[in-house]
Amino acid sequence: MSLKLGVPSKGRLMEKTFDWFAKRGLTLARTGSEREYAGAIAGVEDMELVLLSAGEIPRELAAGRIHLGVTGTDLVQEKLPLWEQQLEEMQPLGFGHADLILAVPQCWIDVETLDDLDAVAASFRKTHGHRLRIATKYHRLVREFLTEAGVADYQLVDSQGATEGTVKNETAEMVADITSTGETLRANHLKLLSDGLVLQSQATLWRSRVASYSEADRVALKALAGLIHD
Amino acid sequence: MMDRSKALARATRLRMNFEAAGAQVVEPPLLQPAGTLLDLYGEDIRARAYVTSDAVRGEQMLRPDFTLPVVQMHMREGAEPARYTYAGEVFRRQEHDPDRSNEYLQVGYEIFERDDPAAADAEVFALIALQLRGLPLRAATGDIGILMAAVQGLNTTEMRKTALMRHIWRPRRFRSLLDRYAGRSPVPESRLKLLSSEGPLTGSATVLGKRSEAEVAERVALLREDAAAAPIAENELLALEALMAVRETVPFAIEQMRDIAVDLPAINPALDRLDGRVAALKARGIDIESLDFEASYGRTSMEYYDGFVFGFYAEARPDLPPIASGGRYDALTRQLGQGGEIPAVGGVLRPDLMLMLEEGQS
Repeated sequence: MSLKLGVPSKGRLMEKTFDWFAKRGLTLARTGSEREYAGAIAGVEDMELVLLSAGEIPRELAAGRIHLGVTGTDLVQEKLPLWEQQLEEMQPLGFGHADLILAVPQCWIDVETLDDLDAVAASFRKTHGHRLRIATKYHRLVREFLTEAGVADYQLVDSQGATEGTVKNETAEMVADITSTGETLRANHLKLLSDGLVLQSQATLWRSRVASYSEADRVALKALAGLIHD
Repeated sequence: MMDRSKALARATRLRMNFEAAGAQVVEPPLLQPAGTLLDLYGEDIRARAYVTSDAVRGEQMLRPDFTLPVVQMHMREGAEPARYTYAGEVFRRQEHDPDRSNEYLQVGYEIFERDDPAAADAEVFALIALQLRGLPLRAATGDIGILMAAVQGLNTTEMRKTALMRHIWRPRRFRSLLDRYAGRSPVPESRLKLLSSEGPLTGSATVLGKRSEAEVAERVALLREDAAAAPIAENELLALEALMAVRETVPFAIEQMRDIAVDLPAINPALDRLDGRVAALKARGIDIESLDFEASYGRTSMEYYDGFVFGFYAEARPDLPPIASGGRYDALTRQLGQGGEIPAVGGVLRPDLMLMLEEGQS
């Protein structure tokens, strides 16, 4: 057995993760063909690289099938209601910044805060006979945020992509989505709520609290911790 | 793990007791159409109930409680007056609290009756207390109707009262609305700007989405109206706050609330109803002198109750949910009644927890 590190299997997130570890003396690399999801680690003894979809990393950590994993705070908190008990945040990696925000049409000049949103949701329901629809893929995070804020009479509709377009298409009245610069929002005539920041996310190195650690795993973990904290 | 067959046997016995008290046995289905539950509770119900679906019937929920289907059944086909009892599983997601059961038995007793609500309240409470005798429990009671009467009686605009009523069950939002209407919290910069600008009400932004320009303009007009309205008076606000903080044994609670009614006279009829209920409880042998009353009880977890509310708690086990709970839900029958309505009150017991406490005693 060895200490298993789960890393996103493709795209910028994978490249930036490789770079981040490389700067700290740990070489991660994909092995085999372009299409094969296999990897290797050099720099710490007894470590193994597991390439996974970023969305599956929280689950694998929570199940203890990998010891360490790199994925966004947003995915961890969306997928694991008990994440604080299951995972330890070892190190934020300083990239992959994204804010989960609530946005409404710019033409809603009367809506700037959650307070406004709640009032509008009530009258919208009365006028249109259905609850105000919020398009998102982050159901848990958005629901818990709005419950906490005491916003009622809304409805979450699932949107796995092109979420900002749902308002124009009238399949939703507003959106809850990840944004890094806000440009897509503006291009789609949407604006942020001033107190509608649900979560600030970035790529983070997590450690599973439920995985089992052999003596060799502990040695490897200590060596890794020494590298990343220097 | 609690022995399931023991809990089932206890549930059957409790239901027989309720049958003997005059209730008719009903068996609502396990799968409930999700739409009704979502309309009633909003998205929050998804955090509490299991959702499943198929391509034809769409989303359905595993029964999170019995009250809703029993009310629907009664409003559809029930004779008046009616008493119902049931025993069966309910399902609740416990994602933040995995030590709590996500599937457990409930046994309930519900009364639909127009005459003498005080007697019906007392009947439910006393009958449930009787099933629990001998267990080390503390009963908590409250009355959402008094709070609602207090809000309705405030000397302020209808719009503000409607907004406050809508959030009776969300204490934090209620608090922030109250602070705003009392002029305690500052008006946000953005609001001031919106209210000060004359001319077109919808700005220059591209209009999109289902919410129309007219709706936006209408709300801006309402906000201007609201900005011109006087804040809620200090004496009313203090009285409302004092009311929400009342937590005493029943006789002292009533005394305190009668004092508060000097500034909030609108609660007097609700207090008269409480007097009536107390007399009815006494007549059923309930020890009123030691019974607790909390004016804010039931504001967080019992969203459809709008009158009498109660719960029985294991004193030595604060980690456990209530062993029994219930209340009055007149408004729910109106919401689900499609034009009809009838005063209704009911309560449920948890046979599994009763057994657990009994085993702990012996």
